[in-house]
Amino acid sequence: MEVPIINYLALSAVLFSIGVVGVLTRRNVIVIYMSIELMLNAVNLTFVAFAKFHGDMGGHVFMFMVMTVAAAEAAVGLAIIIALFRNRETVNVDEVNLLKG
Amino acid sequence: MQLLMFYIFGFLALFAAVSMVVSRKPVMSALFLILNMFCLAGLYALLDAHLVAVLQIIVYAGAIMVLVLFVIMLLNLREKKGLVPKHTVVGQVIGILVLATVMLGVIAKLDLNAIKPLREMSPEFGTVAGVAEKLFTVYLLPFEIASVLLLAAIVGAVILAKRKV
Repeated sequence: MEVPIINYLALSAVLFSIGVVGVLTRRNVIVIYMSIELMLNAVNLTFVAFAKFHGDMGGHVFMFMVMTVAAAEAAVGLAIIIALFRNRETVNVDEVNLLKG
Repeated sequence: MQLLMFYIFGFLALFAAVSMVVSRKPVMSALFLILNMFCLAGLYALLDAHLVAVLQIIVYAGAIMVLVLFVIMLLNLREKKGLVPKHTVVGQVIGILVLATVMLGVIAKLDLNAIKPLREMSPEFGTVAGVAEKLFTVYLLPFEIASVLLLAAIVGAVILAKRKV
């Protein structure tokens, strides 16, 4: 264990914050989706780091579950994006404002 | 040596993540995210998580991101080159600094010497046999629920993307 765990946790925290800022500031819905994937990856890194430092492989198993959820979310989210584009001809989330009061 | 590898992969992952968020073309963003996932797979290999590292490349970078690239090319967006406008980049940098400072402050307060290994690290740590032993005995219910979730996602995606329901 030459690399202290706090390195991994710090890297994961910074990647997560980059993902959050990407979701909040970008207007292209596909880039927003990819920032969500970046957040999920950062959390996966935390899980795997703690799995090594506890010696418990439950972290790896939970990382599988996160990856499964990400795959399911990819399928459904991209289908929504395609349906959105087909109806509104735009991927800019600022222009999808029919429900706005 | 391991520390050097960590820094190489870590900084490359950070560079790829920031480039993903500031670039204007969605294809470049997707490619930078794939680079980020490869760097994370390298970090998983450093953490002795061999099965997880390989699956990250096969499933995440090799299936999910390819699906995203298909959708980007299907929508055929026309974007100008370069980065997002400068005021957006300034906002993003300030946001990242604030949020990362908050999270790093929380991490710095952790008492990491209190982590005691729960059990001895088995020689099968991180291999296929080790993960399978956990997945099919202790965590069997989440495994089955994950398969139901995938079924629901498949049905939902097919219905959502049809032209006429």
